[in-house]
Amino acid sequence: MEKIKFWGYRRGNGQVGVRNHILILPTITCATQTAQRVTELVQGTVSFIHPHGCGQIGSDYDQTFKAYVGIGSNPNVYGVIVLGLGCETHQARMIAKEIEKTGKPVEVVSIQDQGGTLQAIADTAKVAVKMVQEASTVMREECYFNELIVATECGGSDACSGLSANPAVGRASDGIVEQGGTAILAETTELIGAEHLLANRAADDTVAKRVYEVIGAIEKRSNLMGVDLRTGNPSPGNIEGGITTLEEKSLGAATKSGSSRLEEIVNYAERPTKKGLVWMDTPGHDIEQLTGMVAGGAQVVLFTSGRGTPTGSPIAPVIKISTNTAMYEKMNENIDLDAGTIIEGIETVDEVGSRIISEIKDVASGKLTKAEILKQHDFGIWRIGPTF
Amino acid sequence: MEKVNALFLNEEDNIATALSEIEKNKKVLVKAGKVEKEIHMKNKIDFGHKFAVIDIQKGEDIKKYGEVIGVATKGILAGEHVHVHNIESKRGSEE
Repeated sequence: MEKIKFWGYRRGNGQVGVRNHILILPTITCATQTAQRVTELVQGTVSFIHPHGCGQIGSDYDQTFKAYVGIGSNPNVYGVIVLGLGCETHQARMIAKEIEKTGKPVEVVSIQDQGGTLQAIADTAKVAVKMVQEASTVMREECYFNELIVATECGGSDACSGLSANPAVGRASDGIVEQGGTAILAETTELIGAEHLLANRAADDTVAKRVYEVIGAIEKRSNLMGVDLRTGNPSPGNIEGGITTLEEKSLGAATKSGSSRLEEIVNYAERPTKKGLVWMDTPGHDIEQLTGMVAGGAQVVLFTSGRGTPTGSPIAPVIKISTNTAMYEKMNENIDLDAGTIIEGIETVDEVGSRIISEIKDVASGKLTKAEILKQHDFGIWRIGPTF
Repeated sequence: MEKVNALFLNEEDNIATALSEIEKNKKVLVKAGKVEKEIHMKNKIDFGHKFAVIDIQKGEDIKKYGEVIGVATKGILAGEHVHVHNIESKRGSEE
């Protein structure tokens, strides 16, 4: 087997980034607008809008904290300016302290300490200018696929998802695993009905048991709410596309995991401890699972869609793959690759799988994805408790 | 008989997926492995939607990919559209 190379940024802690962003990380809703102003002023900075970071307690507080720290720690980020308001539950300084453990430059700005929005913008921008210039002196070097964590997800599925793009991503996932890298499967909700297939591929009994536990927990959660999961899944768009039941959607979604052994199941926003195929326990919500996997260290994301979606991440390139050619042509500014060729009988699943691997190599080396070009900076944390 | 674009994935399946629109009253032939079935289409089937390849009784499991995707909520004839109006999920609710 030939080892696949790409050009990446080697970080101080040994991890490899495929981008070199300066992240303005607002730890509270109230700081997101200020963070946006800074990205308008300083080239090379990224940020995102979100409604989190205050009135959160217990395990819900912990999960949001973990997601902030994970996003800042991702090796695609050269340096971070953590921007807080001052009085919120998720304190900017505590988050900065955790991100500092990676060895990257981290600074903290507080709107209340700075004396208001305008001074906070100026101070953050001044620090950002320095960081961006420092970051620009880091050169890409030759790296191998065993340094990559590649996230996989599907959103806006149609009846072709399980026949074209998802199995092709499955081949790519197997390819990444063969190269010694890590592929993440997520969206636990959308694996209900396919769990037996994954449990059969578990590395050991503990992992197999955990498969049934995480699936059971999702079903139990909706039962406790007194609601029927089926009222939200499949979604109206899925149904219009020909998907009838949750199990049908799940069996199609599970093909993204290829045929590799399932090494472990990690919690939301946690970095995998093993190479190979890893399942992250996330909801089916596109942006929440994306955020969880990127916070877990994924540098590149593969995203299949039948109905079409603009989804992107502020810090990780998202390669979008259409399940049918009609959508690829209709939403071309949003979609990077077409797997509809499988439905048309033009290409095999293996051929599209190879095309995806080659795209990962190019994108990891610097080729921009459509979502990056359109500045689609989505971010959303899986909340597991109410706001107080 | 006219050739239609549909996927019949597994010999155990009782449904097939249309890969292009199939007109009502058309006679179609679907194949999976050694199993071959001639079907008289009872409904128009849109791209990506499913139709029954054999008669299905109420309460019977619906199979795609050789796996269970739900259960019939009423009797379904071969060639009928199979969707939310005649099958439902077996998961995600307390029933």
